[in-house]
Amino acid sequence: MKMLTIYKRELKSYFLSPLAYVLVGFLLLISGYFFATFVLSTQYALMSPVFGNTVFVFMFISPILTMRLISEEMKNDTDQLLMTSPLRITDMVLGKYFAALTVYTLSLVISLIYPLYLKIYSTPDFGPILTGYIGTFLMGAAFIAIGIFASSLTENQLIAGVIGFSILLFFWIVSWLGDVFQGIAKNIVDNISLLQRFTNFQNGVLSLNDIVFYLSVIIFFVFVTIMVVDKRRWS
Amino acid sequence: MMIEVNNVTKVYGSRKAVDNISFSVDSGEIVGFLGPNGAGKSSTMKMITGFMPPTSGTIKIAGYDIIEDSIKAKKHIGYLPEVPPLYLDMTVEAYLAFVCELKEVPNDKKKATVDKVIGEVGLADVRKRIIKNLSKGYKQRVGLAQAIVGDPDVLVLDEPTVGLDPKQIKEIRDIIKELGKKHTIILSTHILPEVSMICDRVIIINKGKIVAIDSTENLTDTIGKSKRYFLKVIGSVEKISTTLIGINGIKNFKSKANSKENCIDVDVETDVDHDLRKEIFFSFANQSLPIIEFRPVNYSLEEVFLQLTTDEEVNDNENADNIQKGA
Repeated sequence: MKMLTIYKRELKSYFLSPLAYVLVGFLLLISGYFFATFVLSTQYALMSPVFGNTVFVFMFISPILTMRLISEEMKNDTDQLLMTSPLRITDMVLGKYFAALTVYTLSLVISLIYPLYLKIYSTPDFGPILTGYIGTFLMGAAFIAIGIFASSLTENQLIAGVIGFSILLFFWIVSWLGDVFQGIAKNIVDNISLLQRFTNFQNGVLSLNDIVFYLSVIIFFVFVTIMVVDKRRWS
Repeated sequence: MMIEVNNVTKVYGSRKAVDNISFSVDSGEIVGFLGPNGAGKSSTMKMITGFMPPTSGTIKIAGYDIIEDSIKAKKHIGYLPEVPPLYLDMTVEAYLAFVCELKEVPNDKKKATVDKVIGEVGLADVRKRIIKNLSKGYKQRVGLAQAIVGDPDVLVLDEPTVGLDPKQIKEIRDIIKELGKKHTIILSTHILPEVSMICDRVIIINKGKIVAIDSTENLTDTIGKSKRYFLKVIGSVEKISTTLIGINGIKNFKSKANSKENCIDVDVETDVDHDLRKEIFFSFANQSLPIIEFRPVNYSLEEVFLQLTTDEEVNDNENADNIQKGA
């Protein structure tokens, strides 16, 4: 239950500062803009471009959302309170992870008014919309896992943000290398690209393979974060 | 035994911050951890509280190993680090409620616990305020409040009075003394009077090693078995020596030329039962050696501390300039 304690404090902290409002607002502004212009200009009751753009924008703002998670604890020495309390590092990291994920999920929940509009004025195909939301959620969840990992590396928030963004950018553009490589290398590159998988969700394809991939990325980075936090004490 | 530290060593890179120290603290004791900056006080405290593990050696809190049984051991610890671990965006109340949850205070007792610690450290006036806006003294108090949440058996306080003004220092000391009635406390400081005022026992640490463990009284007594005076006399070192040798009951003295005031500085040590001030005055007067300053020197922990932690080479140099006489 300690995870819940950390989660609540972290979430409150997001909303005590303007950070959560600004980030959620910005994400909604951008996705709303794309939604409106796409639907109005094409007259198609489709959301797939909106998902693509939302995820793209979130790649830029997720490092801002996550960069303080652990680095701020180190900077303010509050890690000394957490680490000397009867609290498992796993609970601490998970509590923080889920707090950031909640802020992101909140913006997705608010964005549900877009399909609602489509439903009111048209007859959209809800299949791709549903898979699109699942994909967008999983993609964001992976971004946040990468961000919290970056945050555990340094007590400097800005550096944590830059590291997080660099890792995301790498996972994003690695798919471009797919055309350069051949054989196994191409296979690997195609498989670790976050972007490649996302297209499936956008197109309404829900495969276990893709879901497992995103979950693996999330679990891997959260796990490495726990290791990094634990390891730091021993150095 | 509330705290057991066995052969603990901490190495940072190639530097040994703590070098094979062992000690134990009984329940209910207040122990002062004394040492110059960089002696290894904070490192030792961070290891006792489980914030960082020792390179080698073991630490047990209330019988639980801080590494093997860390969750159980940490339930017995309240820790105030050098910088109080505060979430600056929270109010005092909200912060303490959060600490209550961390320290596993049952939900129905949370409110009462927060009220209790706020009362104990005197935070009632600021309980609704955001920590960021508090003065340094109040922040320190919130740090102390955080450490005593849930009534832990062991309190580890790293320089609890550092950076406070004299009034605040006195208040914090009184709070610590009060807490000492119910808790086992280890506190570190480099302010010596603090230790003699608060602590039952002192551990003096220098360059990562323990140089002395004893009760506060014993430490000051070991070199407090004689009275000491400091004199400034106009005359020659030789003449002063022969005069002092002629007085019965003087155990030891050192004289050194003081070029600034053109006189001789004399340290005189006498038996504790004889007041020799009159004899010293008349002997010097008979030899026409004017005493321009004469005052008793009080023994303090400060001297014990300096004696134990000052480098030996420095002492040797000083001795070379002195003329010494056996008892």
